[in-house]
Amino acid sequence: MAFREYKIGCWMFGIALSLSMFITIVLPGLDISSMSSTKVALEKQLTYGWESGFNYYDPFLQGKDKPIKVTLTKSPKTGAAIDKTHAYVFPAGTHFPDGLTHDNILGDGVQQVSESKGRIGDATEEKGGVFLVQTDANDTPYIEYATATRGWTVAATLKAADEQILAGSGKTIFVREGCWWCHTLLPEETQDWQDFGRPPLVGDFNGESPTTFGSDRKAPDLLHVGSRNSSREWMTMHFFNPRLVQPHSIMPRYDYLWGDKDVDGKAVDLAAWDEHFMRYAAGDEIYPPEVPIPAADSEARKLIDFVLNLK
Amino acid sequence: MLKYLFAKEDDIPQGTAAIFFGVSSIAWFIIGTGLGSFNAAKLAFPDFFHGLYALQFGHMRQVHVHAVIFGWIAMAFAASMMYITPALGNTKLWSEKLGVWNCLLYNVGLCLALALLWSGVTSGREYSDHIWPIDLYIAFVMVVPWSLNVWMTILNRRTQGIYTTNWFFAACMFMTIIVFLIGNMPEWLHLTGLNEAYMTWWFAHNILGLLITPVAAAITYYIVPKVTGNPLYSHRVGHLHFWSIVVFYSTPAAHHLMSSPLPEWLKSFASVEGVLILVPAVAYVCNILLTMQGKWAMFVENIEIKFTITGVLLAIPLNMQGGFQQTRAINWYIHGTGWIVAHAHLALLGFSTFAEAAAVYYGMQVLLRRKLYSASLANFHFWMLLIGFSLYWTSMTISGLIQGAAKIYEVPYVDVVIAEHPYMIVRWLGGTMVFFGNIVWLYNMIMTARVGDIVPVGRQPAEVAYTR
Ligand code: HEC
Ligand code: HEM
Repeated sequence: MAFREYKIGCWMFGIALSLSMFITIVLPGLDISSMSSTKVALEKQLTYGWESGFNYYDPFLQGKDKPIKVTLTKSPKTGAAIDKTHAYVFPAGTHFPDGLTHDNILGDGVQQVSESKGRIGDATEEKGGVFLVQTDANDTPYIEYATATRGWTVAATLKAADEQILAGSGKTIFVREGCWWCHTLLPEETQDWQDFGRPPLVGDFNGESPTTFGSDRKAPDLLHVGSRNSSREWMTMHFFNPRLVQPHSIMPRYDYLWGDKDVDGKAVDLAAWDEHFMRYAAGDEIYPPEVPIPAADSEARKLIDFVLNLK
Repeated sequence: MLKYLFAKEDDIPQGTAAIFFGVSSIAWFIIGTGLGSFNAAKLAFPDFFHGLYALQFGHMRQVHVHAVIFGWIAMAFAASMMYITPALGNTKLWSEKLGVWNCLLYNVGLCLALALLWSGVTSGREYSDHIWPIDLYIAFVMVVPWSLNVWMTILNRRTQGIYTTNWFFAACMFMTIIVFLIGNMPEWLHLTGLNEAYMTWWFAHNILGLLITPVAAAITYYIVPKVTGNPLYSHRVGHLHFWSIVVFYSTPAAHHLMSSPLPEWLKSFASVEGVLILVPAVAYVCNILLTMQGKWAMFVENIEIKFTITGVLLAIPLNMQGGFQQTRAINWYIHGTGWIVAHAHLALLGFSTFAEAAAVYYGMQVLLRRKLYSASLANFHFWMLLIGFSLYWTSMTISGLIQGAAKIYEVPYVDVVIAEHPYMIVRWLGGTMVFFGNIVWLYNMIMTARVGDIVPVGRQPAEVAYTR
């Protein structure tokens, strides 16, 4: 019996569906792909690395395989003082973001300058290296492979760094913990300028994956939260128990991201903390318990770095 | 179940696969709504169950969504297809054995997928949260065998034409596979940036629009004529519905990202196409309601019709919201607020769930050849669902409007959180009613299978009187 009498219907169906996919996938894909990266997109790629969701190199989303963003005030090579600079350190073997490995991500001009002036063609994942985001005389942003152009090695740069920002690993934790079910990373074009800051531009996302815009806002947009509130202390208390600093918050506690030991190697005893907190909440204690400072390699520290880095 | 896995095809009674899918769907319905209710409690009282970190909101929310969509909705669809498709083709299911295996591997896969999501192993993309190995499993082990069964049954039919319901089934399964494979492209091909964000919503939109709503509609195209005995009001309007779904529903994906920096032409195009979704919507609702002519008494008296028609009536506000909320004039106000959550539940917990519940109620009675155990319990289930859903929808819509107002007046965000608190509690209560209603349903179904009155051969369950 087959579809015999439905031959025309099947053809029409195929044509309609193909046309719809052509309009909704191929055309937008071409249009979006033709956009050049902005400076923001270059910074994001170098901060977040290759992929922040599930991937081969970090299947359990622990924040592995990520670059380290550092702040420098002296040259790693000579030790001479330089203007405050952010550099992105990819230890050997760390996977590069698509912008460094595919020539269709950065956009024509940016790609060209990054190759000619920035020498990104010399960089390989096996060797790793140090990258900078620069702007040329025509205002075109580009990536500079500082290991080739300035001789800044991974080890020397990490050593010379004033500060290491683990925002790349932090983004992985952000994805894993589902912060984006409450927070968005997309101030809306129509009305969010005042509260949450500048909405992103088309080219702000090139090479980022996943973008975790969030769809369902139950909490403030975080795209520029680091500019609103740059207090590490506030963030630390807020993540440990949001109701310490904001009694009406519905944000979950993230105290379990502290791990077993705090920064001084003291054990983090959540049960005891809780008990003290309950007594405080009941009015039996005057002060709430101290919030432990997260250890340097704890997930809490990475997450806080990520949030504070959202400028 | 196990004894049929290795039985010969001819030794497996007809309808076995449908029964297994039906029972699984009810079980997942209970699990899924239980998780939903738990999440709702967390949003009302953040320290509810604190200390059990495995039960974090950020880990549980997507588990709820996927449990209800892949567990309840999709499995209820599978159950319906596996008995409706053969019935409409005057034949038997192409392979019961494949169906039984399909159901087993479906349940196993779903447990695995949810366990991974629960532990935070996610792709970080809403609605395509599953990691790509799981996506492959879903596509090739869960969906392809199911589709194969539907397609082959239709090809082997013993009737001349193909009835509306079956076109929808065949086409929707095809579109689902295509959409699933293309929509997860960002993961296979590691697409990045705005392309990735757009494809994520392309997938989300199309999976809802080309699987969930049309299949639910197709089910009502079967249940209403079958149970009332009226022929479908108009086959032509059915055509209009089908073709306008294919053309208009597959195009407005970008309306989910109206406030993002996507190309302006794409947003305008999506917005116009989105309004055109009203064409299939109006065609469908009119067609079904006109089919009811002369049989409206059954809306009160018959449990399957009560569920189905309630679902169809809920499709009216659903489509009115859907058509207009994605125009620029309205979208900016409600985007990303509780309004959207209310809308999502109107589509899934309102329209779609009511239609499927009817199909599962009806299918189980037909396949087991037993009359429903208790009409009162079924009515109780109905009202728990309807009242619970209404509380949910109303409270979230109000809270969405509060959020919308707060956007304009630039209220500090925490004041919005405070203002929403009562509505979060109401949502929790409403959702919990749905959950308890479902437990009653499971009990009713188990009792039906055990002690329901036997339906004589050649009779419809609806023709047999209730004894309880
Ligand atoms: C259940 C929803 C929810 C989840 C999940 C959630 N938050 Fe929040 N968050 C809130 C709410 C509500 C506020 C506003 C009240 C407050 O300050 O606590 C907030 C505030 C914040 C703030 C301060 C924002 C500002 O404008 O000052 C930051 C930063 C933040 N959250 C980060 C995170 C991160 C990172 C995660 C994931 C680990 C997360 N949140 C998960 C609900 C949530
Ligand atoms: C079969 C019935 C249901 C289906 C198909 C369903 C489906 C969904 C979907 C698709 C979402 C995502 C919404 C969005 O992103 O906008 C969601 C979220 C949610 N659902 Fe359900 N749901 C069902 C029943 C319930 C019930 C009974 C409850 C109990 C209260 C519930 C509570 C929630 C909660 C709390 C969220 C999170 C909302 C948020 O993040 O703001 N759901 N559900």
